[in-house]
Amino acid sequence: MRSNGVADRRDFLKVTGVLTGCLVAGSPLALLAPSRAWALELTAFNTDQGAALLAAVRTLLPHDRLDDAVYASVVRACDADAARDAGVRELYSRGLVSLGAGFATAKEPERVAALKAIESTPFFQQLRVKAISSLYSSPLAYAYFGYEGEAFSKGGYLHRGFDDLKWLPEVPPADSGPMPGAGS
Amino acid sequence: MKYELGDDGVVVIIGSGAGGGTLAHELTRRGIRVVLLEAGARQSLASFSQVPNEAFAQLTWLDPRTSSGDWAPAQTHSPLPAWLTKTVGGTTTHWGAVTPRLTATELKARTHYGALPGTSLTDWPIAHEELLRYVELAEQRLCVTRRAGNPGLPASNNFKVMYNGARKAGYQKVHSGYLAINSRAQDGRGFCIQQGFCVQGCKMGAKWSTLYTDIPRAEATGKLDLRIQSMATRIEHDAAGRVTGVVYRDAGGAEQRQKARAVCVAGNAPETTRLLLLSQSGKFPRGLANSSDQLGRNYCHHVLGFTIGIFDQPVYMWRGTSQAGLVEDEAIHAPKRGFAGGYFVELVNFDVGSLPLAALPYGWGRDYASIMDNYRNMAGFMIVGEDMPRPGNRITLSAVKDAHGLPVANLHVDEHPNDLAMRAHGQKQSRRIMEAAGAKRVVQSEGSPFATHNLGTARMSTDPGAGVTNPHGQTHDIRNLFISDGSVFSTSGAANPTLTIVALALRQAEYIEREMAAKHI
Repeated sequence: MRSNGVADRRDFLKVTGVLTGCLVAGSPLALLAPSRAWALELTAFNTDQGAALLAAVRTLLPHDRLDDAVYASVVRACDADAARDAGVRELYSRGLVSLGAGFATAKEPERVAALKAIESTPFFQQLRVKAISSLYSSPLAYAYFGYEGEAFSKGGYLHRGFDDLKWLPEVPPADSGPMPGAGS
Repeated sequence: MKYELGDDGVVVIIGSGAGGGTLAHELTRRGIRVVLLEAGARQSLASFSQVPNEAFAQLTWLDPRTSSGDWAPAQTHSPLPAWLTKTVGGTTTHWGAVTPRLTATELKARTHYGALPGTSLTDWPIAHEELLRYVELAEQRLCVTRRAGNPGLPASNNFKVMYNGARKAGYQKVHSGYLAINSRAQDGRGFCIQQGFCVQGCKMGAKWSTLYTDIPRAEATGKLDLRIQSMATRIEHDAAGRVTGVVYRDAGGAEQRQKARAVCVAGNAPETTRLLLLSQSGKFPRGLANSSDQLGRNYCHHVLGFTIGIFDQPVYMWRGTSQAGLVEDEAIHAPKRGFAGGYFVELVNFDVGSLPLAALPYGWGRDYASIMDNYRNMAGFMIVGEDMPRPGNRITLSAVKDAHGLPVANLHVDEHPNDLAMRAHGQKQSRRIMEAAGAKRVVQSEGSPFATHNLGTARMSTDPGAGVTNPHGQTHDIRNLFISDGSVFSTSGAANPTLTIVALALRQAEYIEREMAAKHI
């Protein structure tokens, strides 16, 4: 996914579809991203297929305030798999057809029903695992869910809140241990 | 140090983890020349990635393995039925460093549990007092917290939830754990700064790993030839049935053949079993050292189950040592609970990306997303319990082949009713603990999508018909062939296995030295 400048390389890449969006101003994601506008060039799916995939992932893992840009990163991962492997591309293409023509714009209960109807298929299983394994692993998702990530460069969490929970009683020293470097 | 491929005076060790890495150090410091073959690359404190996905790719054994049976990995068609590593240091790079002890009762499982139908329970052929002697040595060596004079780790937020809940639920033995993690700087390693990146590789070196202890110390003796990215594919033998060397693929993919005076296999049970099966010959048609037909059987992986509690206030479980919390009370044999053997309740945390892959039950939609929305307010536990050995729970060669065209390991498990009863009890108690701490919602998985502990497939026995190795991990069939990993466990017990694997390696090193001095091998 790149911000801005969608058209300049189209002649060189075999772009088959494009998803675009705009991060909500003032959201934590907007602070992380280089630009609010984003565009995702697809190389295996067309724009309609991309939109249906995005709607499917949003239906599988609905976080209302999580920006489409994060969901688009799952579509990108699916697109990359499909571009690498014709069998995967076929699996997704047929699967998307099975969701019905108006899936991308249908109301949520209808999208849920359409997915429920194909839950036992290899397409659904592959999409679900792909969605779960990529949606929650991006820096944008870290920011949304509050995960603070890598800690070594900041001295770990030893002095940054590993024990800052105050709504339960403290653990007695015998069942806990001393802070390292505290004269132990 | 470099030894010649034709040098038949070296001991070849396959695998550089808890068993192989420890053994390499113990043999080389006794002056024994060792070639250590490691399939993976070599990382360092500096090179460990702190991006969870990258760290996973950096350390994990990603070659295919298959699974079958009614256990969770087969039911979920997991591409990763065992989450193991391919890297110098083996699983000691990514382990949680949880190091409880096996008990005297567990070492006599058959005697105490009885002849449970559908199991192949047996007693260990080592007395508890003797094993304990080496376990205590291992605890000193690994700088285990709450043992050998080491302080415990300070209580994290996640552990405060466990502690308060477990005490309210009536448990007495609840503390921040026995961990092979420095609670103070020692052994040339840093102290724990509560990063929560145990699984990704500890950049402080606070967590013990052979990568930065035994292996460099073995190198410093001048007796170790460590060959990385070198995957053993076959162990060869002579007409008399003695092993003569190891065939392996080097870093460039070329086949090499290292002669050996003795061979010690420490590849973790799936790869150890696979290598011995791949080494079958006219003389050993069922696989090397398998006249007992026990090789690959009695596969144990521990009864596992995850519990996530959701609270109305923050826990920030990712902050802090991943597994610094333990409830010991259920790790006893108390048949009135409806099952044999016992289990630990262990603290566990997850980065936001790994949580749904490892610990949450199957699901999707609004309800599933609402769990993830509460990531800040979660606490996590897991149970680790003794599972029943069964002859049919078995590692065999799969129809699937790896990049070298060699069949990969298939892991078959049908869970025993005892395993199911234990998991049901453990999950019920874990829920009680979470609720006693004030959880508004508790989410639990049925089993684990992958095994991390792999035990029992070359079990020790004094009877050559009932086990693959003798009480020193020496194969009954081939005097100069040893097994040096968790494969030799006679039964699984409840304890996380690494401490015992190290203890057995310390003991085995003394034995190999004696056998060599006596010219038996």
